[in-house]
Amino acid sequence: MTEKILLKGNELLVEAAIEAGCRFYAGYPITPQNEVPEMMSWRMPQAGGVFIQAESEIAAINMIFGASAAGARCMTSSSSPGISLKQEGISYIAAAELPCVIVNMQRGGPGLGNIRAAQGDYFQAVKGGGHGDYHLIVLVPATLGELYDLTMHAFDYADYYRNPVMILGDGILGQMAEPVEKRPYKPILNLPPKEFVLDGCKSRPPRVIKTLYLHPADSLVRHNLHLQEKYAQIQRELCLYEEYETDDAEVVVSAYGITGRVAKGAVKAARKEGLKAGLIRPLCVWPFPAQPYQRAAQKARHFLVVEMSHGQFIEDVKLAMDCKRPTSFLGKGGGWYPMEEEILEQIRRLAGTKRKPAAKKIGKR
Amino acid sequence: MNWESVSGSSAQRRWDECAHGRPPAVATGIKRVLPDRIVFTYQGDGDLAAIGTAETIHAANRGENITIIFVNNAIYGMTGGQMAPTTMIGQWSTTTPDGRGRFGEGGPIRVCEMLSALGGVCYLERVSVSSPKDVMKAKKAIKKAFENQIAGKGFSLVEVLSMCPTDWKLSPLEALDFVNDKMKAAFPLGVFKDRQS
Amino acid sequence: MKQPTQTRIIIAGFGGQGIVLIGNLIARGALIEGKNVTGMVAYGAEMRGGTAYATVVVSEDEIACPFVEKPDTAIVLNRPSMDKFEPAVQPGGLILVNTSLVQRDLKRMDISTIFVAATEIAQELGNLKVANLAALGAFIQHSGLLQPQSIQQAAEDLFSSKNPKLLPLNLAALKAGMHQSRFMEAVGLTGR
Repeated sequence: MTEKILLKGNELLVEAAIEAGCRFYAGYPITPQNEVPEMMSWRMPQAGGVFIQAESEIAAINMIFGASAAGARCMTSSSSPGISLKQEGISYIAAAELPCVIVNMQRGGPGLGNIRAAQGDYFQAVKGGGHGDYHLIVLVPATLGELYDLTMHAFDYADYYRNPVMILGDGILGQMAEPVEKRPYKPILNLPPKEFVLDGCKSRPPRVIKTLYLHPADSLVRHNLHLQEKYAQIQRELCLYEEYETDDAEVVVSAYGITGRVAKGAVKAARKEGLKAGLIRPLCVWPFPAQPYQRAAQKARHFLVVEMSHGQFIEDVKLAMDCKRPTSFLGKGGGWYPMEEEILEQIRRLAGTKRKPAAKKIGKR
Repeated sequence: MNWESVSGSSAQRRWDECAHGRPPAVATGIKRVLPDRIVFTYQGDGDLAAIGTAETIHAANRGENITIIFVNNAIYGMTGGQMAPTTMIGQWSTTTPDGRGRFGEGGPIRVCEMLSALGGVCYLERVSVSSPKDVMKAKKAIKKAFENQIAGKGFSLVEVLSMCPTDWKLSPLEALDFVNDKMKAAFPLGVFKDRQS
Repeated sequence: MKQPTQTRIIIAGFGGQGIVLIGNLIARGALIEGKNVTGMVAYGAEMRGGTAYATVVVSEDEIACPFVEKPDTAIVLNRPSMDKFEPAVQPGGLILVNTSLVQRDLKRMDISTIFVAATEIAQELGNLKVANLAALGAFIQHSGLLQPQSIQQAAEDLFSSKNPKLLPLNLAALKAGMHQSRFMEAVGLTGR
């Protein structure tokens, strides 16, 4: 049996990144992800890599642009307000098709918000964030085991598709500890040689990495079409989700990340009560795994979406099943999180069996 | 007096809280719209000299008629003890576990010295609050920085050497010694610029 | 009484009382016994001053929810934590009280209690900082959640990598806490 290690999510992220061959990290302190730069400051030198505490998030993401162009597996991390600052750089990295991993341990917003966990950056991560037509691959682990694996996979997806990958976690995922089997890194894809790297052109034609397309006049149109082809390929190839008890489910709960694991507990409890509940939990929200929703919508009477925001993820759930079934919502931003009992209460209500006295108002505690 | 200001947060006075590093830009906006109000920012070292270096330098260079109180405790306090731009060579922090290096991390940024070269700056003084005498001097400097603004003289900044016993892992008394022995050596006290008109 | 498959614990006290270490050792002990476990610590500015707390969930099954709001067990090392978390404990649950710093009676009749003068034990051992291990010892002795040797193993693993000099003192506190504590069954419950 492989060794199990007990670390906080933020620390485990560092171990996974280094295990996957990440050798460049730049970041700027912000709670609740401070353990990442703190641990990187001594783990990176141990691994022969580079750690830089940048003067700002803007500088950090641009250092990543450079490190990626130079061929390193590289990563930056932050939390919501810091990720907003990085958006300009993220758009440039997506335009230049540079592989890198960006981690957002989300906190409460908008504005400076607070340091509690939240899922209010879903739109920013999935629908753009920066300017222009681009997409990040967005991975959403729910357990530390998934965080460990998906962090390693993130580097592979980034290199394979030449695209920035975001790990969209939250303060709880970063701060909680859970034992994880420390699996050795093994690429999950046949990685192409990095033929874009700027490492000196002594014996080959010079390369250019650029995001400005002025000439000829249609060059940016063509570049965009090329990007769209790539995004379509990613959408065809990447579909990650967990499906639980959906075969005969009348009420299908859907949630991602930390709310996804709580929702699973609620679905299990509902099954124990004899309620036909199921769960669809994406592990990747761009591309969004539409298939399980379409399948479930054929039988289910009702969907229930749970998220730690005021309704962002729910839009993709509705789109995935063409709004075929009524979809209820349980969620709040600013640091609220759901307990199993609250979700169970909603499942009972939707299943049409009220076994307990009147439920408290949704989300109020 | 009716206060308007940037950064920090307080219920009674009408503080304005803005993004990390951006207070001089926000203060510029407020002061230019309301030139007869007193506008000051209260900023830490990471805010003023790392993420907000550009805003600081350009507000100073434009000679914005504002007052900046710059609290330098050589560490990031809010986030729990990471390296600040003013962390000293050899000083431990959670992101410089072997002490800050002159190369790689670079030496501490001496803000008053750096800004003194800029034409728009009216007044720069570095003070400390590590003894009663120092506190009195600090009070005078801060008062002067505000008087300059009232007189329309332009950009004034007072750098206050301050303690962070929690993140320095020192007792409050040891922290005072740290300021007096180490910080004053790295950040000499005094007036770095005092333009009279 | 049915054996619960999942135990949800809150550990609370002043910052500096070593709350996190208690949680860390329980989690590592559970890991040694092959159980599932999650742990969390109140973080950032939240932890400055006032009550610090950590939560641990130990389970035979997969853990869905890592948050603990209604604990089965509360380990309270000071008075403010007692006031805050005594009302939150589930009926039939357990509370461990550091009687050195909590000088008031329990209000709840429906929860069992472990009493331990953790701070005084630490004082006798010559280092106030090990009050946390004394409390942990008492908890392990009476809760039946984990084997004492698992916790001892966890402490040995943790201290040998971080600060081996402090191991003997911490183990002494753990043992003292086990022996110098008492357990009181809930009086407000029947059928147990």
